[in-house]
Amino acid sequence: MTREITLAKAVNEAIAEEMRRDPTVFLMGEDVAEAGTPFKVLAGLVDEFGPDRVIDTPISEPGFVGMAVGAAMTGSRPIVDLMFGDFLYLVMDQLCNQAAKTHYMSGGKLKVPMVLRTNLGATRRSAAQHSQSLHALVAHIPGLKVAMPSSAYEAKGLLKTAIRDDNPVVIFEDKLMYQDKAAVPEEAYLIPFGEAAVLREGRDITLVATSSMVQVARQAAETLASEGISAEVIDPRTLVPFDEATIVESVKKTSRAIIIDEGHRNFGVTGEIASRISEKAFYHLDYPVQRMGAMDVPVPFSPALEDLTVPTPDAVAERARAAVRGELADAA
Amino acid sequence: MTKARTNTEDYVRMYRQMVRIRAFEDNANQLYLSAKMPGLTHMYSGQEAVAVGICEALTDEDRITSTHRGHGHCVAKGASFLEMFCELLGREEGYCRGKGGSMHIADQAHGNLGANAIVGGSMGIATGAALSAKRLGRDFVTVCFFGDGATAQGLWYEVMNMAALWRLPVIYACENNGYSEYTKTEEIAAGSLTARAEAFGIEAHKVDGQDVLAVNDLARKLVERARRGEGPFFVELDTYRYHGHHVGDINRDYYRSKDEEAAWKERRDPIVNFGKWLESEGILTAEELVAINDEIRAEAEAAVAYALDAKYPDAGEVDMHVFAGVEHALPYIDGERT
Repeated sequence: MTREITLAKAVNEAIAEEMRRDPTVFLMGEDVAEAGTPFKVLAGLVDEFGPDRVIDTPISEPGFVGMAVGAAMTGSRPIVDLMFGDFLYLVMDQLCNQAAKTHYMSGGKLKVPMVLRTNLGATRRSAAQHSQSLHALVAHIPGLKVAMPSSAYEAKGLLKTAIRDDNPVVIFEDKLMYQDKAAVPEEAYLIPFGEAAVLREGRDITLVATSSMVQVARQAAETLASEGISAEVIDPRTLVPFDEATIVESVKKTSRAIIIDEGHRNFGVTGEIASRISEKAFYHLDYPVQRMGAMDVPVPFSPALEDLTVPTPDAVAERARAAVRGELADAA
Repeated sequence: MTKARTNTEDYVRMYRQMVRIRAFEDNANQLYLSAKMPGLTHMYSGQEAVAVGICEALTDEDRITSTHRGHGHCVAKGASFLEMFCELLGREEGYCRGKGGSMHIADQAHGNLGANAIVGGSMGIATGAALSAKRLGRDFVTVCFFGDGATAQGLWYEVMNMAALWRLPVIYACENNGYSEYTKTEEIAAGSLTARAEAFGIEAHKVDGQDVLAVNDLARKLVERARRGEGPFFVELDTYRYHGHHVGDINRDYYRSKDEEAAWKERRDPIVNFGKWLESEGILTAEELVAINDEIRAEAEAAVAYALDAKYPDAGEVDMHVFAGVEHALPYIDGERT
């Protein structure tokens, strides 16, 4: 049976199912218990599992992330809620120097099975310190896995896989999508890491989009279809591991690609994926691989400015038309 | 020395463990000075009574987190010379298959969750281990070793707050050796360290870190109380670092005098003083003390000789152990299905 539920509900269900299944799983973070987070994603979990397993922490991000690392090394499976992705900067030492490296530095003796749940996404009028999409930062660090759900379905399946993983996993939810509904099976399911989803098949161009940008790419593909341009839409679903083969095969077929991601364009996810395509499908390309990321400015507060910083379906469609027409705007 | 004789075997083991640390460090220093060891290392010599006094109060189930100056903790928690020297030399038989080295040595089997090259970096890990024990209903205690320099890290105050709120079985053991790298501690630490812990409602103690019996006596009491749910605790142990910040820090007159170093070594050496006490109590004779030292030094030298000839890891190991459950990380991150 499948029903439509919100992304928030999907996350809530994933955590509840895994906490029922495995008593070593627990949840900690700021305002995760009675408040259920500012986004109400975790509402009700404390009622079922009690305050010993749904733990409200002080506003001490490095402290509770570090504690999750230690708990994970000693038999627990903590899920840490980092209220805003922007707070990653606060926890970089514990996440990148400690969690990511412990298994390697110990020659495989110590494991850190923990999940850091956080979010990304601008256009919520939250300004520069509550709007960033910082997944490229952690995807850069060996030892961390990074998942990027693009709907309620992916959010549930990827989070359950993350909780069962024996490694530190960072999962980014799009905070603007918490109330978006999608079809989600009632039965338990997992989505394996490293398997991209081809969301729409096409002949003329490949749109690789992550997380919040998947819906942007799908809308662009709809528009393009009405104009006779057939776009393939692929969601990698995880950045680490990254399903390179599915994307390379698609581009070999379409000969063109645009990468759309809400992280900053400069030195980011779009450049990484574009480079892999150039390396692995060079002779198949009819057009330079295009990168569309968040504008390389701090996210501005004013709606009039903020909306300019994020790729839109219209902008993606326009870039795709140029690619299909073979118009080289920037090439020498 | 503060305690009357109660358990001969314990005393002899504590003496041996302190001698083991000193012998390990003397050999490690020689490996560095003779350019046989890659990188550098931080000597624990002088602080032996701290690691041994505390670790002798712990079981293998109890956890510790260690520091960049961590060989002493590792030996005191039960590690073997052979696997330690192999690790220092980057060999396959090392505790971490040569991937960690001096600053990341970990010995899971004896509850050592690892040294840490970020000053104060393990404070969250230790407190989280204590949270795990409490949540999972297990009775292990975690000791978080760190130096006076680490008390300047904000992380400590965050995790002490949570440890106190949730009454976690963790003991914060601050080895105050007087120097925060190349700077006198009095120049970097305002107020008193014990008062900082007390501000969180944490019971704080100060003890002579050169007196292994005083350290052990206090540690036993606190470990048992922490096990009963009366933690957390803080202990400041006054001690002294015989070498520089690291083995290459040789000309250090600009931050501390040779006279000061000589005074500590002559009057307050934890091994010499404990040896004298063992002799005066009739527990060991002077000849037996010498024999113990000779035997341990021979063991250390044999381990060094073995490690110098031991095999390096194969090149194929470079991308192993990045992820648990993944044999080789490089094909995995590119999406190769296993």
